[in-house]
Amino acid sequence: MELYGVELTSRLLLGTAQYPSPQVLLEAIHHSRCEVITTSLRRESAGGSGAAFWDMLQDLSVRILPNTAGCHTVRDAVTTAHMAREVFGTPWIKLEVIGHGDTLQPDVFALVEAARILSAEGFQVFPYTTEDLVVGERLIEAGCEVLMPWGAPIGSGQGLLRRDGLKAMRAHFPKVPLIVDAGIGRPSDAAEAMELGMDGVLMNTAVAKAGDPVAMARAMDLALRAGRAGFEAEPMERRDMGVPSTPVLGLAELM
Amino acid sequence: MQIIVNAEPREIRAETLDAALQELGLTSPAIATALNGQFVSRAKRVDTTLSDGDRLEVLAPMQGG
Repeated sequence: MELYGVELTSRLLLGTAQYPSPQVLLEAIHHSRCEVITTSLRRESAGGSGAAFWDMLQDLSVRILPNTAGCHTVRDAVTTAHMAREVFGTPWIKLEVIGHGDTLQPDVFALVEAARILSAEGFQVFPYTTEDLVVGERLIEAGCEVLMPWGAPIGSGQGLLRRDGLKAMRAHFPKVPLIVDAGIGRPSDAAEAMELGMDGVLMNTAVAKAGDPVAMARAMDLALRAGRAGFEAEPMERRDMGVPSTPVLGLAELM
Repeated sequence: MQIIVNAEPREIRAETLDAALQELGLTSPAIATALNGQFVSRAKRVDTTLSDGDRLEVLAPMQGG
């Protein structure tokens, strides 16, 4: 998978929040075999609340994709992106502009506007969007080279709620990397996204809040690789009726 | 003067952003600043003067999804 000219062998992008401990997070990153992790910015306190996490990041060889999580306006998101670029030293930004408090649905109008501003300022924008095709087109016109449609509301673990919408996106944007961002709960959800032809999956809670996050990180990696291999092998068409797989010709008459 | 730092009122003597961060003990190299909603880059902190009532946000790397 190639994202903004960067070739990646893993199709998993992993969030770093909500793990039981920093050690579990590190092991989950390792066992997921991911090459991209997401991070955020939050208020610093005297004494350096972010210092320990920052030190941990320095020892990792993965790419960092900072987010604008929690932003509700274009201005908030753009300012946060600038702050993230300076701190993390990357033009990559996972652009989230939340439009609805309950569903955490993106405000796609503000998203397109913020994406246009940030792309013009040299950012490489990863927009958290819906499966809406027109919004996808606007984001690409704005300069985005990746689209990240939601599977289900952030943190809900409900899986892919709008399978047909994701399939339509795949058909409509055959060359644009599509990463399902949000809603993954189980390895089967991740595998399903791959079977639909998505290029990657971004997840956090599904791993961090599993009973054993490290084992789940490994399971997600396997599921993504299996799902992708299945997609590339071109699954059979579904049938309405049963069709015997064992030849009928030559069947004995034993009555 | 009094400014608002990460939503908390603080009395400071410093007149520039750079000096204010020192005074407030916010000295980590991994922080980013915004004054009254506008990003202020590391390089511009020395030349950025503060006024009474300014709202300063100081952000640091944190875990995120």
